[in-house]
Amino acid sequence: MASVEFRHVTKTFGSFNAVSDVSFAIGDGEFVCLLGPSGCGKTTSLRMIAGLETPSHGQVLIGGDDVTNLHPKDRQISMVFQDYALYPHMNLADNIAYPLKVRGEPVQKRHGRAREVADVLKIGHLMDRLPSQISGGQQQRTSLARALVYPSRVYLFDEPLSNLDAKLRLEARGFLNHLQRDMGMTAVYVTHDQAEAMALATRIAVMDQGRIVQYAPPIEIYRRPATTFVANFVGNPPMNLVPVEATHGDGQLQLKADGLTLSPLPMSSGIAAALANSKSLTLGIRPEHLAIAEPGTGNAISGTLFANENMGPESLVTIERPDASRLTARIFTDDHIALTDAVTLGFSPEHIHLFDSTGARIPADREQPL
Amino acid sequence: MKLTFPAFAGRIAFSALAALLGAIFALPLIWFIFAPFNARAELGITVPDPWTLSNFMTVFQNNFAMQALWNSLIQSIGGVILVGAAATLAAYALSRSSIPGKGAVTYILLLFSSVVSGSAAMVPIFLIVSAMGLIDSHLAVILTFAGGLLPTAMFILRDFIDSIPKSYEESAMVAGASPVQAFFDVALPVIRPGIVVVVVWAFVNIWGSFLIPFILLRSDKLMPASVAIYSFYSEAGTPTVTLLAAYSLIYSLPVIILYLFVSWKFGFRFFGGIKA
Repeated sequence: MASVEFRHVTKTFGSFNAVSDVSFAIGDGEFVCLLGPSGCGKTTSLRMIAGLETPSHGQVLIGGDDVTNLHPKDRQISMVFQDYALYPHMNLADNIAYPLKVRGEPVQKRHGRAREVADVLKIGHLMDRLPSQISGGQQQRTSLARALVYPSRVYLFDEPLSNLDAKLRLEARGFLNHLQRDMGMTAVYVTHDQAEAMALATRIAVMDQGRIVQYAPPIEIYRRPATTFVANFVGNPPMNLVPVEATHGDGQLQLKADGLTLSPLPMSSGIAAALANSKSLTLGIRPEHLAIAEPGTGNAISGTLFANENMGPESLVTIERPDASRLTARIFTDDHIALTDAVTLGFSPEHIHLFDSTGARIPADREQPL
Repeated sequence: MKLTFPAFAGRIAFSALAALLGAIFALPLIWFIFAPFNARAELGITVPDPWTLSNFMTVFQNNFAMQALWNSLIQSIGGVILVGAAATLAAYALSRSSIPGKGAVTYILLLFSSVVSGSAAMVPIFLIVSAMGLIDSHLAVILTFAGGLLPTAMFILRDFIDSIPKSYEESAMVAGASPVQAFFDVALPVIRPGIVVVVVWAFVNIWGSFLIPFILLRSDKLMPASVAIYSFYSEAGTPTVTLLAAYSLIYSLPVIILYLFVSWKFGFRFFGGIKA
């Protein structure tokens, strides 16, 4: 296993900046997820670690060695591709053993090793089949087996679960988590699914437009999203964001928006700095921190009922505010509540997040423990 | 559902027309099956009575014609190997590398390819081959065909390779393979059905071509079968139908066998990869 580091890496395709001056370090044994919408540069970053793309500027290091211009074959890495890239003319045994064949291992030895890995992944009985003769889930495990069959310094995953159906995806996710606990591998995992990133990563790098917006452990990404972009990308459903107008006096902050009632909040140096720029702030609150409340209660926001989706243990209740923006609340269905057309959602002030007019999170003077 | 009278009549008319067209195409083929076995074959279709192999015996004794079949084989196989190998490597490079303007290159090549092997370019081709001192050699025919067929072969193969995900070779390289290893271990087997199509197409083209060998070759002992067929015409230009029929059948056998072999062994496919 080895560490990975990006130093001021930029990758341009023609005039398009896929990755712009990105620097980050992945420690030995860390499982890092690159998370972001399509086109944010996460796959390009992964491919630069693999050596399948060469950075336009900057350096890529693996285990402290500069590998920027090293051919993929010399990097001692493995990669699981989104489309699995199983060789259609080889049976599973040959597919899984291919990295060992390239390394000159004798047939007997490499097939033995392939079988061991395949057995762990429960595809040992399929070794004579061709990739076209097995199911999607089995193909996924075959490509994983091929990545695990030889010792690598870094394991790369390019949206490996995105072609699986929902149930198999959960199963595979659990297995990958187990594998990481078992092997302590250094892994870089590209995904646009925030749940996957939260479940698997020791740290998440949230990317947007070729830059890393926040690089932190999942719990920090969730509890202290650095920007409204991160807040709106992570969480299922994502954080509700409400534009508010702020006034302050006597060390107290008053936030105003249509349908919002909120008792004054204590001022902080962060808020004061933000207000010096603009009185327009964004208030963020996670759906799980909203609950159905009586109209006119203290801290609440109200609107008209837009949708009520029953998910089993919980309901997603969406309300529409006068400016047509929407808020979603996760309501436990155990509490039977009759919804009327006008809905008031209450919350407790310690759960609110504040972002300044540029979308950056306003830190509290004393942050709550994560 | 009952058909109305006009619809019914329309169908009858269509079927009759289709049958007529079918017959027009079938007649030469039927002649082609019967005539070689008929000692008194003429241009009309008659069932041989008795069936005989005497036409074939006479053809087999014609050394020029037999040598010509061998020459056809040399020229076709030589051309096919050259076209197959060069087109595969070129198409792979054109598909996978990011050469600027590679699309334009392919289309220009394709445009010129129909000119190169066509009659219009015969004079310059003759002059070039003559200047190279290759007139009257198998190599002249092989090179000319390779030049003429390559662009189209490259075009077909490039499209084929474009449809194969790059991730095959990428995964091989990440696993430790050099680009050459990745090509031979992974890409080539996946491209093979496309190569087979190109090879069959090139073989049929060279095997059946008359003009190029006729112009580039001088001596009898190098002429291919397409030219040698004329040895079954009398001085006055009238064909000896019996021998012509027998020789034609022998001449078309390799192509038929090639088709059967390829479709049995590989099947004709125009796509690559595993379906997602």
